[in-house]
Amino acid sequence: MNNVSRQEPLNLLWLQSGGCGGCTLSLLNAECTNLFDTLKGSGIRLLWHPSLSEESAQEARRIIEDCVNGVTRLDILCLEGAVLRGPHGSGGFHLTTGGDPVMALVEKLAGVARHTVAVGSCAAFGGVTSAGLQPADACGLQFDSDVPGGLLGRDYRDSSGLPVINIAGCPTHPNWVIETLAALASGMVNLQNLDAFQRPRMYADHLVHHGCTRNEFYEFKASAHKPSDLGCMMENMGCKGTQAHADCNTRLWNGEGSCVRGGYACISCTEPGFEEPGHPFAETPKVGGIPIGLPIDMPKAWFVVLASLSKSATPRRVKENAVADHQVVVPAVKRTRQK
Amino acid sequence: MKRLVVGPFNRVEGDLEVALDVADGKVQSAYVNSPMYRGFEQILKDKHPLDALVYVPRICGICSVAQSAASSRALANAMNLQPPENGRLAANLTLAAENIADHLSHFYLFFMPDFARDFYKGRAWFRDAQTRFKSVTGSATAEVLPARAKFMHLMGYLAGKWPHTLSLQPGGSSRPIELTEQVRLSILLTELRLFLERTLFGDNLEAFASLDSESALLAWAESRKTSADLPRFLAIAYDLELQKLGQASGRVMSYGAYHDGENDLFPPGLWENGVRGALDISVIREDVSHSWMKGETALAPAVGFTLPQPDKTGAYSWCKAPRLDGRVIETGALARQVVAGHALIDDLVVRHGGNVVARVVARLLEIARVLPVMEEWLRRIRPGEPFCFAATALEDGNSVGLVEAARGSLGHWLEVRQGKIRNYQIIAPTTWNFSPRDATGKPGALEQALVGIQIEENNQGAPVSVQHVVRSFDPCMVCTVH
Repeated sequence: MNNVSRQEPLNLLWLQSGGCGGCTLSLLNAECTNLFDTLKGSGIRLLWHPSLSEESAQEARRIIEDCVNGVTRLDILCLEGAVLRGPHGSGGFHLTTGGDPVMALVEKLAGVARHTVAVGSCAAFGGVTSAGLQPADACGLQFDSDVPGGLLGRDYRDSSGLPVINIAGCPTHPNWVIETLAALASGMVNLQNLDAFQRPRMYADHLVHHGCTRNEFYEFKASAHKPSDLGCMMENMGCKGTQAHADCNTRLWNGEGSCVRGGYACISCTEPGFEEPGHPFAETPKVGGIPIGLPIDMPKAWFVVLASLSKSATPRRVKENAVADHQVVVPAVKRTRQK
Repeated sequence: MKRLVVGPFNRVEGDLEVALDVADGKVQSAYVNSPMYRGFEQILKDKHPLDALVYVPRICGICSVAQSAASSRALANAMNLQPPENGRLAANLTLAAENIADHLSHFYLFFMPDFARDFYKGRAWFRDAQTRFKSVTGSATAEVLPARAKFMHLMGYLAGKWPHTLSLQPGGSSRPIELTEQVRLSILLTELRLFLERTLFGDNLEAFASLDSESALLAWAESRKTSADLPRFLAIAYDLELQKLGQASGRVMSYGAYHDGENDLFPPGLWENGVRGALDISVIREDVSHSWMKGETALAPAVGFTLPQPDKTGAYSWCKAPRLDGRVIETGALARQVVAGHALIDDLVVRHGGNVVARVVARLLEIARVLPVMEEWLRRIRPGEPFCFAATALEDGNSVGLVEAARGSLGHWLEVRQGKIRNYQIIAPTTWNFSPRDATGKPGALEQALVGIQIEENNQGAPVSVQHVVRSFDPCMVCTVH
């Protein structure tokens, strides 16, 4: 791929379409001295962002047109929110001030961009906007749920030869976005750094389960039964942390948080199709008492054997705390020196 | 008559376009268009009732907790469930944290940067405003972003993450707080208090919240020796006479904010040209005469539907037009403080009508009034006592969930049949404020507030006074249409 020299900052244009703006709001939670300095220091020049830039109306339209026409070099196009194809393929559910479908504008910009980045699961795969009856006929930039295609098609490549980079998540963690942009600016992103769904492997090669503070409950299958219980949420509460690709429990959100630390299930929001799990989100689907969704890479027979063994070996402390909202039995204190 | 179309209208949450008919240098009439439709009400159809808690926060990235709160309240009402005291306090803290963060983001990131535009080059305060408030590069941004991010650690503890939490449940909060966390949370509140008192107010919160009139406000601003940002804003605003700009319908409402036992911190009610009264939500109707939506008559949200009709003649927005007994309503921090009878906001509104200055001051006043109450709520949490009751099965039921989001009154109307959502209708704050015309031709609140504005020359197609008025409402367009 063509690397841009470090001296030359990359021009970034950020657009929003069929989403909630939550990935931008999450970005503002970034733990840096000043987000804008960090981006600048990482070699990113912000051309325009709809929530943050000064330019309105005509001035903003000119910035975008200059990118389309090649007057301004477009190095990174970020799209936040799904592509809205409806009604009837017209893109009319989201029009620009000029009356053109935003869908068409995004396609033009992706055609000239050095890199095209889908920020969030909506832009990557369609996400929540494509749930249920699909009223807006939403899709991602290069995927329609887990099927390659989307707006730009399976064969789309940016001018550097990369497919769309999918920073999936609902919302995205601020550092996933900042670090992907910084990696692009220093030429560190190549095909090998992206996984099968084109997600940056720096966070997608992990599972939400890694670093889960409920791990002792998981080990003994000591399970929570209602929200606020301390136990493992895999067996009853719909938690998909053992299957979801993300580093939410080692990177942490808003200081010391994550979904499971917040007392609720991981709904695997970085995975395509998470918005339609085929079961109530907060209930674990089971067959014969065994959860259908087993931990990634875990053979079913072993899971069943180990689960039943560990259940029968559960210490009283773990068993009782699992169904309480605070420790009702605290770890024993030994009288002898620990070996 | 000249038609001026202002869009994309940036530094608001979501997509917005405003069309202005201009004659004799003045806006004669305005048409507000919410140009994006996603269809959440259709998405929610036939879902498991508790799944609403996953979908509705994702209507909006900036008021996701408010959406959660409305939904969990609707579900709790349908289940006849009362959260335990800890759960209620934790939910209040979570919603208050979002509202305060939103008010801060609005002031620093969305609203103030307009005073740094070259348009104001000749003003005495211009150089200072530019250094301080310029978008992206201003010194205020560099201070407020890290302070805000640190404050949002509250969300890490109380909600797991922000936006899009599932911690607000019909039975309370899924996140029990331990003693050590109670202490850490109180330190976070103290840190924000120090930042606000030093940087935004230049005074302690209680002193600002006790101001009781416009003259007291101006005297207070005059007496500030420090260069805090609220006195800065007031100096600019009164130089530009923004207190005379952006009057809307003269009718405001609040559903009541932060339930605490029998009472609300800010009570529900209606205020109509100086008269306070009770609010009757049974007279809410959603008119679709100028919306790209199906339907003939204006329906109550409980029996309403939201189905697009893109080719409808006479329509110009995806936004419906909610009306209270046929009347146009303004909602938001200004409305809450007027209904609550706060003397300062009351005086500002009695003197000038709802206006740009009053809307901004009301938001900052809420920060000053709510943060001390958050400190008290946090002290009242009792670790070891319950935070959440189990949800009960819900086969059939109709219910409503009402909350006050940062931007105003948010309502969710829920109908469950045979264990599935049969109908879910949402009216968001900006749906009220930025509604299009109704069947009688009556313009929405913003459409009224824009009429009569003087249009400056050399404005690059986006008159700056129009921008002040629009942003003074702090619109959230993704909520508006959803």
